[in-house]
Amino acid sequence: MRQTSSLTILRRSLATPVILILLLVAFAILSWAVGSRPFNQTIIDMLVQVTLVTGLYIFIGNSGVISFGHAAFACLGGYVVAWTTIRPIMKKNAMPGLPDWLMSMEIGWWAAAGLAALWAALWAGIFGAILMRLSGIAASIATFAMLAMINAIYSNWSGVTGGTSSIVGIPIIRSVWPYLGVASLAVIVAWAYSISRQGLILRAARDEPTAARASGVDIPRARLIAFILSGAVMGAGGAMLALSIGVVTPNSFYLGLTFTTLSMLVVGGMASLSGAVLGVLILSSLIQALRWLEAGVQIGDTTFALPGGVQEIGLGLVMILILMFRPAGIMGNRELNLPRRR
Amino acid sequence: MSALQIIFDALSLGSLYALGALGIALIFGVMRLVNFAHGDVIAFCVFALLWPSVDAIAIVFAGNLPWFLLIPFVLAMGAGLSVLCELVVFRRFRNTNPATMMIASFALGFVIRYFLLMLFSSRPKSIALLPELSQPVTVLGARMPLLQLITILVTVGVLLGLTIFLRRTRFGLEMRAAAENFTMARMLGVRANRVIMVAFALSGALAGAIALILGSQTGTANIVMGANVMLMAFIATVIGGMGSLAGAVLAGFLLGATATLLQALLPPEARAFRDAFVYGAVILVLIFRPQGILSAGGMKERV
Repeated sequence: MRQTSSLTILRRSLATPVILILLLVAFAILSWAVGSRPFNQTIIDMLVQVTLVTGLYIFIGNSGVISFGHAAFACLGGYVVAWTTIRPIMKKNAMPGLPDWLMSMEIGWWAAAGLAALWAALWAGIFGAILMRLSGIAASIATFAMLAMINAIYSNWSGVTGGTSSIVGIPIIRSVWPYLGVASLAVIVAWAYSISRQGLILRAARDEPTAARASGVDIPRARLIAFILSGAVMGAGGAMLALSIGVVTPNSFYLGLTFTTLSMLVVGGMASLSGAVLGVLILSSLIQALRWLEAGVQIGDTTFALPGGVQEIGLGLVMILILMFRPAGIMGNRELNLPRRR
Repeated sequence: MSALQIIFDALSLGSLYALGALGIALIFGVMRLVNFAHGDVIAFCVFALLWPSVDAIAIVFAGNLPWFLLIPFVLAMGAGLSVLCELVVFRRFRNTNPATMMIASFALGFVIRYFLLMLFSSRPKSIALLPELSQPVTVLGARMPLLQLITILVTVGVLLGLTIFLRRTRFGLEMRAAAENFTMARMLGVRANRVIMVAFALSGALAGAIALILGSQTGTANIVMGANVMLMAFIATVIGGMGSLAGAVLAGFLLGATATLLQALLPPEARAFRDAFVYGAVILVLIFRPQGILSAGGMKERV
């Protein structure tokens, strides 16, 4: 019986990741077809955000606990890339305190991203074991305290992280395909988790904590599994972020990143994987459109340009309006799917 | 540094956090909104003093008012902006889930911050706000700026005033009832809109008070100047017990004391990591008292 039921859930929900990945592929092909460098970078940023927000969704969406701390895992991942891909000669100047084996290490981007995911997952496990006993707003604040702690350590541990100054020299990947691959992988992981036994258990605990507990669900354990998995995806996302811009600083993985990713998730629909991906696509497109307007648009003989700061104000207003009319986000808790056959 | 000096430092830093935490707890109590825009209201109040001048070394316009007009002006600006936020935005978010409200308040804070950026640019401006307050005074053998003493006294005054307001007036009674159980309070004849409006006005006025203290302490106006106080205040509200005003104040002072003590007592090579220790302490408090130090009734989550 169980075999058939899990096969059914697989068949019913398989369309969601396929549609989402096709959407991402469409954006990637668009950037390849257009071929302009700034546009390419825009699409890469978007794919990196998809990875990060999907990682955030794995924990927040399934557990219902808002985490302010996931940017910390992106930070851990980003610095792993800095430690393992920068030329040893350059590393010696920026981060003299690294141990010898790490100092001489120079590996490919995919190995670095994998290590980043593992390193982030390790710390997610350690922090999660302590934090997952909390729920509600106390858990949110505790995750924020974790973020602030990791940020304080990385900002001051000068020998190993270069302190608050930026670490340059990460080999930048300009091709869109690696980012597409990692983002698609993140979507697949998130989907597979959400239909797995553990994912279903955690969502049951989110919607009916008392009943779930009475049925023998160990809520802290279920949350811990989601926390580690989402930490790993965030770590990989942080690694891709570092590879896309070639620079890491502790503050590029702090409050700014926390709030952009969280906003994209909530605007898209916190409890839905499609919401996570669509939230990124919609808000990034909006940000991009406003940036173009700020730079100036040629209409006839005159150039219309918005004054600086309008981009962010516009973004804030649109977010408020979306949430006003769709408090559960654009997707609510539904997923993109094929129309159900009768 | 003498022990007395440390105590005064702790009290004045704690005062700032306590005032901020009160501003957040007041609103959380009546509508379960974690108001991330609070920090930006603080920044707005500072810049209200500069308007309409946008020069780098600002010719303070409203800041030139004598203090007995200046203080009410800033408090009124804070209260006004806060009430405006309620009327235009938050009123439409009643009864939505806390995450949505939180992100909405964050988006609103974003709008306020970049509105300031558009007018004043992101460069910090130097302002001379109440310069006579930075003169040193000697109290019980400890030397400190007069401002530090005034900060502590003002906070004590505000706390006393607020306590009297909450305990002795009809509005206060309604607010306490609403914080305890909003639905029940409404059924017993408390008018929701009025209570929420008063909460926002008080919270905004508290933001104004913080703006005055920060502005005269640092001598600069910066569009992100409220952010740090807001984060600490937010943490204080949670570890104090969400919805409990006394808890928020107590936790604010505790945070200030912890930060100051660690600064004074840690060995120099570990001092850079002070914040990591403070946040570690926050996690510890939450593990042992997840409902906060003084938890308000009806706020406990059972699972």
